[in-house]
Amino acid sequence: MSTTPRFTSALTRASRLAKAAPFFANRASKAAELVVDETLERLLGESYAERVARMPLHLGETGVDPFGLDPQFAKYALLWVAWMHRKYFRSEVFGMENVPKGRMLLISNHSGQIPIDGMMIGASMFMDAEPPRIVRAMVEKWASTLPFVSLFFSRVGQVTGVPENARRLLEQGEALLVFPEGSRGISKPFDQRYQLTDFGLGFMRLAIETKTPIVPVAIVGAEEQFISIANVERLAKLLRIPAFPIIPQWFVPGGQFPLPTRYRIYFGKPLTFTGDADDEDGAIEEHVQSVKQTIQSMLNRGTKERKHIFW
Amino acid sequence: MQPSVRPPRSIPPSDGRKTVLVTGVCGRLGKRLVRSLHRSVHVVGVDRRPFGDKPKDVVHEQLDMRRKKLKDVFRNFKIDAVVHLGIMHDPRASAADHHSWNVAGFSKLLDYVSQFSVPKLVVLSSANAYGPQPGNAQFLTEDAPLLGGQNFSDIRDLIEVDMLAQSFFWKVPSTETVVLRPVHIVGTVRNAASNFLRLSTIPMVMGFDPMVQVIHEDDVVQSIVRALEPDKRGVFNLAGTEPLPLSRLVGLTGKPTVSIPHAVAAPVLKQMWRFRLTTFPAPELDHIRFVCMVDDRRSRDELRFQPKYEAKDCVASLSSGKW
Repeated sequence: MSTTPRFTSALTRASRLAKAAPFFANRASKAAELVVDETLERLLGESYAERVARMPLHLGETGVDPFGLDPQFAKYALLWVAWMHRKYFRSEVFGMENVPKGRMLLISNHSGQIPIDGMMIGASMFMDAEPPRIVRAMVEKWASTLPFVSLFFSRVGQVTGVPENARRLLEQGEALLVFPEGSRGISKPFDQRYQLTDFGLGFMRLAIETKTPIVPVAIVGAEEQFISIANVERLAKLLRIPAFPIIPQWFVPGGQFPLPTRYRIYFGKPLTFTGDADDEDGAIEEHVQSVKQTIQSMLNRGTKERKHIFW
Repeated sequence: MQPSVRPPRSIPPSDGRKTVLVTGVCGRLGKRLVRSLHRSVHVVGVDRRPFGDKPKDVVHEQLDMRRKKLKDVFRNFKIDAVVHLGIMHDPRASAADHHSWNVAGFSKLLDYVSQFSVPKLVVLSSANAYGPQPGNAQFLTEDAPLLGGQNFSDIRDLIEVDMLAQSFFWKVPSTETVVLRPVHIVGTVRNAASNFLRLSTIPMVMGFDPMVQVIHEDDVVQSIVRALEPDKRGVFNLAGTEPLPLSRLVGLTGKPTVSIPHAVAAPVLKQMWRFRLTTFPAPELDHIRFVCMVDDRRSRDELRFQPKYEAKDCVASLSSGKW
């Protein structure tokens, strides 16, 4: 007799709980957001919203820019990157005063097996430049076929690496990051550290065509984060991946994280080049060599100046 | 069906108004176009379907575009412009049907346009002719290659229509040819994009959320009206709304969504298509994975096309029953 009412009261209690679940989930997510906001504020020295407000952005009505950048989404990615920049790698940034206000091509050395160097340049342009800038890197086409990865890249402002996108972004006055060494640079083994490999020519044609200043960037410290003893190119070709580095530390527990080296990021004086963007390779190569030499000498100075890899 | 043994009628262009021939006039877009045109020009509609609640001053010739009788329309009326909307895009129809309708029928129409020296031709193609590709530029210009058929061979005939119109542009310079390539048309129309947004639960591909542009059907009508103005010629991309993430567009419908990994969605959709459980062919999944957006600067500058409707208006008119 009495089981039925007890059963129903249990049901109502359960349904009441179920109704309350979204309320608690909502509160939990709000609390989490508060923690994110506070941590970011400590790392940035001001609130994220204030910093974003000073950034030259082209947001649409939905708060997303035409290339898919969503500052509300990027906040969560930035939390991690900002922490790496300030606390983990304790990056030192030199020459930020050289960075122009308008459009630019940031040309940098590429190293460290995993493109953390790109993230740190992005972090530094957002956290140390005034006004803060968003750095757009050109991402390999292959990345847009990967679930989550493509979505993530797009929401944090990275774009598919085709010349039309580069031209459009430069027209908008944005800062474009290019690693002319590509995967040749990032997968260098340890014995070739801080020696630039061959530069592609595309960035120079783009710079001449759009009359964009080139800012040479040198990153010291990334080469030592993962020590690769060799790059097995045959295996990479077989697996159709850009590189197959042998990294002994990956077999040690905890070695999957990069070593906490100290990053030193050098921004050089902007270089401008004139001429014909469709000139033969030889003529373009000459300009590219001068950029490459500038970065190499910045690297040499940086490695000489530092007293220790880790601090 | 009654045999049509009507005597040839011709409207004497006594009032100096121009005569516009609209093919595929009984589609939802065609009807809307007629509504906005028929007060300023004479409209002659051609469609094999009947034209319900047709405005009185519109002439409707119920005939198959592939038939010789189409030529009589050109003989009986002095046509000043042709708007070609009569494109078959029914993924269930056979490839042969598609080809004879879209390619052979359109070639015939082009012959008549040049034979009767019609000064204006407007062809409605689509930005889907570029095709969603992982390596697409964020905003495709009119010069971008039409790769839509690369992974979706069923739409090759639609790309051929675009190509035919382009070659006609060069071959017959005395006719001002305009090719319009709108992004996904959303509204009361029945096309893949609108039907997708009409689903009760909207599927998304897990881990993908491409930026999309949609255009309201009335903005497409406006662009056709602009294209009919003298001295307008060439290929024009039409982007309606500003780009927004697909998830935001879907969010505007207020409907629940379900995320499915592509590795599951593609084979399941393929089987569903085989057993006629869905109206979406599997290659159309790429539209909710990859970007296929257009640069519309040319149409804004040269056609002076200004879209009036926003994404929320497009979504709102999805369910409004009245065309």
